[in-house]
Formats: sequence, structure tokens, C-alpha cells
Amino acid sequence: MTSTKPTSADRKSAESASAAVHVGTSDPRTLIMNNLRQSGIFVALVVIVALFAFLTDGLSLSPGNITNIVLQYSYILVLAIGMVIVIIGGHIDLSVGSVVALTGAVSAVVVIRQGQPWWVGVLAALVVGIAVGAWHGFWVAYVGIPAFIVTLAGMLLFRGLTLRVLDNISLSPFPAEYNRIAAGFLNGLIGGDGYDAFTLLIGGIAVAGYVVSGFRTRAARVRYQQPVESFALFVARMALVGAVVMWFAWQLAHARGLPIVLIILAALVLVYGLLTRRTVFGRQVYAIGGNLSAAMLSGVKVRTVNFWIFVNMGFLSAVAGIIFSSRSNGAQPAAGNMFELDAIAAAFIGGAAVTGGVGTVVGAMVGGLIMAVMSNGMQLMGVDQSLQSVVKGLVLLVAVAFDVYNKRRAGASR
Amino acid sequence: MVSTDDNILEMRRITKTFPGVAALQDVTLAVRRGEIHAICGENGAGKSTLMKVLSGVYPSGSYDGEILLDGAPVHFRGIRDSEQRGIVIIHQELALVPYLSIAENIFLGNEQRGPGGLIDWNRTNAEAAKLLASVGLAENPMTPVVQLGVGKQQLVEIAKAISKKVRLLILDEPTAALNDIDSAHLLDLMRRLRDEGITCIMISHKLNEITSIADSTTVLRDGRTVERLEMASGEVTQERIIRGMVGRDIDSFYPDRVSTPGEEVLRIEDWSVRHPTQDRLVVDGANLNVRAGEVVGIAGLMGAGRTELAMSVFGRAYGRDITGRVFMHGRQVRARTVAEAIRNGIAYATEDRKRFGLNLIEDIRRNISAAGLRRLARLGWVHDNEEIKVAETSRRDMNIKAPSVMSIVGKLSGGNQQKVVLSKWLFTDPEVLILDEPTRGIDVGAKFEIYTIINRLVADGKAVIMISSELPELLGMCDRIYTLSAGRITGEVPVAEATQEKLMELMAKDKESVG
Repeated sequence: MTSTKPTSADRKSAESASAAVHVGTSDPRTLIMNNLRQSGIFVALVVIVALFAFLTDGLSLSPGNITNIVLQYSYILVLAIGMVIVIIGGHIDLSVGSVVALTGAVSAVVVIRQGQPWWVGVLAALVVGIAVGAWHGFWVAYVGIPAFIVTLAGMLLFRGLTLRVLDNISLSPFPAEYNRIAAGFLNGLIGGDGYDAFTLLIGGIAVAGYVVSGFRTRAARVRYQQPVESFALFVARMALVGAVVMWFAWQLAHARGLPIVLIILAALVLVYGLLTRRTVFGRQVYAIGGNLSAAMLSGVKVRTVNFWIFVNMGFLSAVAGIIFSSRSNGAQPAAGNMFELDAIAAAFIGGAAVTGGVGTVVGAMVGGLIMAVMSNGMQLMGVDQSLQSVVKGLVLLVAVAFDVYNKRRAGASR
Repeated sequence: MVSTDDNILEMRRITKTFPGVAALQDVTLAVRRGEIHAICGENGAGKSTLMKVLSGVYPSGSYDGEILLDGAPVHFRGIRDSEQRGIVIIHQELALVPYLSIAENIFLGNEQRGPGGLIDWNRTNAEAAKLLASVGLAENPMTPVVQLGVGKQQLVEIAKAISKKVRLLILDEPTAALNDIDSAHLLDLMRRLRDEGITCIMISHKLNEITSIADSTTVLRDGRTVERLEMASGEVTQERIIRGMVGRDIDSFYPDRVSTPGEEVLRIEDWSVRHPTQDRLVVDGANLNVRAGEVVGIAGLMGAGRTELAMSVFGRAYGRDITGRVFMHGRQVRARTVAEAIRNGIAYATEDRKRFGLNLIEDIRRNISAAGLRRLARLGWVHDNEEIKVAETSRRDMNIKAPSVMSIVGKLSGGNQQKVVLSKWLFTDPEVLILDEPTRGIDVGAKFEIYTIINRLVADGKAVIMISSELPELLGMCDRIYTLSAGRITGEVPVAEATQEKLMELMAKDKESVG
């Protein structure tokens, strides 16, 4: 056969060559546009913080109140980390409130009733949480029951078990060591006059770590000829984050110092942020949520991944259960009621998609903080409980509606 | 033949712009009463947009230009308006409710009510039976639609259109999912509808169908009308249409390749697969092999078990009670899961890339790495810059047209999506690639690129198994072709001896006695 050289290939390779040129350039506008959804959430948080600072005459930003927000909502944020992973995988977990109650109850029975040391209670709670997660994971992953049903059953089941474990009564108080987990502070370690120098030191180390890792990432991207933000923008971002963190540390240092739960929470956010973005497991969670069949046909062991998603949720529920029981200094049969809804709301406000495959840990944290700042602000203003619930419900609805609208405009829903 | 000269429909100087793009520019379309009018063009030429303008999906006012129906201007604000005037579109993705009966589907939104506003089921089913007879479908109207094959579902859609007193029927890629026999039935039905006075507009990629059925053809390219061809003379050939579509001659559909098959790579022996839910064999004792540097085709009618054979070999991703042996380089291997199959050097690119091949909400980069992620990872940690590099390399080598590897795959055209799928599998460094309908739903230019890529792969010593419904494609690309009928391999033909007729004969062989 005599065929002339195909002109189509020529034309098209020329097009691709011109398209490849822009790699390695820096266009802050595209970078910002690409991250609009994420930054939109940050903007919303800033607006809400500012709004309540104004409405409460700055009371909401006082050192004491900021410490309070951290202590009060830490367990919701811990749950939201697990929940956003569950949601990215295309599932839901309605049982986390009951699991928080159960793990707290087990811990209380071990420590308060049986007089074991505090760490035995912590271990027992973690074991129970992981076992509950494995139970859910088994039904979802290996039997193939939708997570909505499995965890709805779990919600009833584990609430019932909580009542059983506690014999329908509250247990309190925990010994001081256990209580320190949620109510304790690291302060006075290196002194300071009227403020805690240690807190500032940790804040400084965190900022330094952020800047160093930012530089390394940037350098690596440049080495791989990837587009990066302009240097000025990069420095501005580093400075802004550094300033916010240091201001936050400053406020904490002038209250009671560095809360232990904040350290736990920061460690979890760091670890899970990396887990979701940088590990094979994390990628497979996104792949499953994005297109289950395609993931399966790409060799992803879907059952195994689903199983571990729920085991992890159980583990984090136990962590939240420990923090909550420690904070309330005891275990109550009704503990953790409706926590699942707060955690789910945090994930969705933070940009997770109802259909799965989309969401970030950081987003869920910001979503959780938006809820936290609103609740706290309304409490400071003495807004009625009923009205608070109405406002939170509307914020959730508007946040998701905004997200859906954005996507439709972007044409992603086609 | 068409006797009247008046146009049932005229679309004049239609311009439709989306933010940043002009999808249609000064497009004109004239359709005579009682003819079959074909619209063709490459993907992205504006065919679907034009039909959306016509049917009111894009309401009057959102585009420029005018639409004349029976010579009078019309302004449709939505699909309801256009349907009231007798314009009905049947989309490529059928819009039937699977668990409702045929009759319920036909009268959905147009329920046959009796006294008191309650649905008169007797009349519904009786009317449905009449409509089914008119499209030549012998099914009980109370049968749930889910039990029908795609071909019959298409007929139900047409019956539904007739129930709406259709005068202008628009079919978007009506035969894309049909086998040859069902396609022939459908084309016959279209001729009959035309003779009964229903005007048809058909959007199609299958040029042989257009030349055989259309009375006239409008060719679109890049959002503009290129030409209107009268087909009645019989002088308009497929090559002539292609010239209009691509604006140039394609001298050869299939790029040349010097075939030098080497050692055997994959061999399958006595392969049998049972249907996952029904008690029947979908693949029955199949034997086949493929050598390095060879393209082996699998031809078969719809339901012959082509995809089932491929997917069951690919880590038992389909079926149950699978028996048989898989050999790589003469050594028997275990491939009981997809992961094992990939490790053994087998890759399978699905026929339905949107449902089974891609994560449409994810970017190019992560789709490409999805199957071979472990190659980019150390101790479970993904090296993400390396990942970008891999994706960039693929984008260049495969000529994936996208602004960056961070572009979302769902927004790419079919041809570019297919290149992403191929990139994904090449990154697993396979020895055998099973390509299931690799050019389905992609335009002529992109098809040529895919063929070129396949040739490059076999030149590099890969083995390729190609499943296709288009026999000319198999004849143009393969070294050998296996024919499959009702789960059995009925023939193995070297391409030099193969003709469409011979393959067709083997594909239809034993169909009655086995199936």
C-alpha cells in the first residue's frame, strides 16, 4: 500500500508542542483559580471569624475563648478527619456518635469502675473503636451492604451496647491523669512572664516547619519543571500563614498555654493530610470514590481499601471518644449524640462531594472550624439553642448548594 | 423517493456561543419533508449542539438565527414546546426507566387516563401493543424494559416517539450500540417510517449507513456547515463525506505496518466462563494465543462473549466458575485478581471508558497513574513529582490535547480520553494489551492516531488483542482474526485470507445450535 504521510498527525503534534510550552511558567491567577474551591472555604472562615469578632465586640477572639473553641470542638474535628475519608470513598458513617459514647464508656468502666491506670482505659477504648470499625468494614466491604444501612444499624447497636456497658448510669470522675488529655496544657516548661514561652516556641517551630517544607516542595516542582506560584506570592503565603499561626500561639500563650488536645489534633491533621494526598492508600480511596468500576479494573483491591477506611473511622471515633470522656470527666449514656451530623456537616462544608471522590482533610478541618466558630459565637451572644440549630442547618445547605452551583457553572456535571 | 420539494425544517444562520467558544457559527440546515437526512461531522463539530438548539434544550434567545418549521418561524422555550410541534429526539444514551414496563415507558408523562383521572391500564397496554407492532417489536407491553436488549430498547424509544405524533424524528447515533443485525433492522424501520411520512434526522459516525440510507447529508466541521450533499444519485461515497468532515483526503484509513511477529506471549487454553447470575456459559472452551509484535483481532456479534472473554482473562474481572489456563511466555500463570493480571503483564482497556475506564472527576495525571501507582511509590508513599513527569511524558507521546496534565478527564473529548486510558495501561508496562473497541465513539482523526499508537506498540514488541465491532477496522489493523460466536471460537483467519463476508459467516456460525 502506498500511503502518503498523514497530515493529521503533523497538525496535531504541532498543536501539542505549543501547548507544552507553558509548563514551567508561573501564573498565579490560574493557580488561584484552580484552588478556588479550597480558598473559597478559607475566605468563608475568615469572614465568619470577623463577623463574630464584630458581633461580640472582640470577645470571640480573646485568648480564653480561643482556647475554649479548641477544647470544645477538638473531638468533632477528629471525627471529621475520619468522616471526610469515608465520604471521599463514597460512603457515609452515621454511627460515630454512638461509637464515641461506647469507647468513652468502656474506658470509664476500665478506669473508674475497675481502677486500672489511665492508659489502660485509653488502650481499651482504642481496641473497641478499631473492633467496631472492623465490624462496619466487614459488612460494607465483604458483604456489600451499603454503608448507610450498616452504620445506621451500628448507630442503634452501639448506643445500646453503651447503655449496657454503663448499666444506664453515668460514671465519673476520671483520675486527674486521664482528665489531663483533654483539659490539660503544656505550659511553664521554659517560663515566660505573663505568657507561656513554650507555646510560642512550638508555634515558631510549626511555622519554621511549614516554611521549610514549602520551600522544598517548591524546589522539587521547579526541578521537575512544574508551574509554581510567583516567588512574591509564595513569600506572601508563607508570611500570612506564619502570622496567623503565631498570632494564634500568642493568644494561647496568654491564656492557659498549649492544650494537649491541640497537639493531638495537629499531629492527626498532619498525618492524615499526608496519608490522603501522598500514599497509595489515600489515592486508592479517591479512585474508589471517583469511579468504583474503573478502580476495580485498575487493580485496586476495593474490598481491602473499604475495610480499612472503616477501621480507621473506628480508630478515630475512639480517639474522639477518649477526648470527649476526658473533657466531660466521665461517661454518660447519651454522650456523643448527633456528633455524626456535625462531622458529616464539617466534611461537606469543607468541599467534599456527596457522590464521593472529592474532599480534603484540610477542607474538613476548615468546615469544622466554621461550624465551631459559629456555634461558639452564637453562644457568646446568648443566641437561643433553637436558633443556633436553624442557622447551622442553613449554613450547611448554602455551603453545599454553593458548591453544586460552582460545579455546574464549571461544566463538571455534564 | 422524495417528491415534494418543500422543507419541513430550515435552520438559518444559527450561532451559539458558550463562554469563550463559538460552538456553532452561521450554521444552516434544510430538511425536506419525508426524507432521511444525515448529519455528520467529527466529534466536537457541533452536531449535538445543533440538535439541542432545535429541540429547545437551548431555549429561544440563547442563540442567534432562526428556525422555520413548515416555513413559519418557531421559538421553542423547552423540549415540551418542540415535542408539541412533533419534534422528538432519541439520544444515544436511551432515556428509559429500566424497571417500568414497555407500556409505562411509552406513555411516561403522557399517561392514558380513564374516568376520574386514574390510569386506564387496559387502554395503555392495548395502545402500546399497537405501537410496538408498528415498529416491528414482538414483545409483551407489560415486559419491564430492563429485560430487553439495547436494540429492542431503541425500538421502544421510537414507539414512544410515534405515540407523541412525531413528524420529525431525530436519532443521535442510533446504531452505535447495536450489532449488525439490529442495526439493519433499525435502518429498515427508518425507511418504513420515511415512507409513512415521518421525516428523520440521523446523526451518525457510521458512514456506510449514511451512504446506504440517507437521502441527503449535511456535513459540519468546527461549528460551521461545510456542505449539503444529495445522496440520491448514489455518487457520494464514504471518502467524499470524509473529505468534507476533515477538510482533507485521508489516503489511508489504516496506517501501514510491517508485521514481524515474534515469540508467543499469551496463550489461553480451554477457557470457559459462566454468566455471573444466569446458568449458562458465556465463553465455552476458548483457545487463543498472541505473539509479540502481533495484533490479533476478535470478531463477534453483540453477545458473542468478546468482552466477557477479555475481562475474565484479565484477573477474572467478569463471570464465575472460570476454568482454563493462562500462559505467559509458555509458563502457566495465576491471574485470579486484576492486580495479579497486571503484575503478569496483562492490560485491558475497556469498551466503555466512561463507566469502567476513567475516573472522570479526576485529572489526567492521576488517571494515568491509577493502575501502576505502585511503580511510583516507595513504602506506600507516592512520589508525586515523578507522577507528573510520567503524565507529561504520556501527554507528549500520545499527543493528548489538554492544557495540562491537571486537566479534568471528564472534559476531554472521546479520542483524548481514550489516549489517557491507553497511557494508563502503558504505564503498567504490559506485555499484552487487550483493547476492547478502542475507537468506539471517537472521530476519524483521533481514530487514525489510535491506530498509529497501536502500530507503535507492536513495533516495540508488545502483543495486542483487539476487539472490534467494525470489521474493516479489524481487517485493516490485525495480523490474525479470531471469530467468536455464542462463546465459542469458530474460526482463526490470517488477515490475508480474511474478508468481511468470510468473517461474518464464521461469526454467525452455530448461532442457532449453541445459543
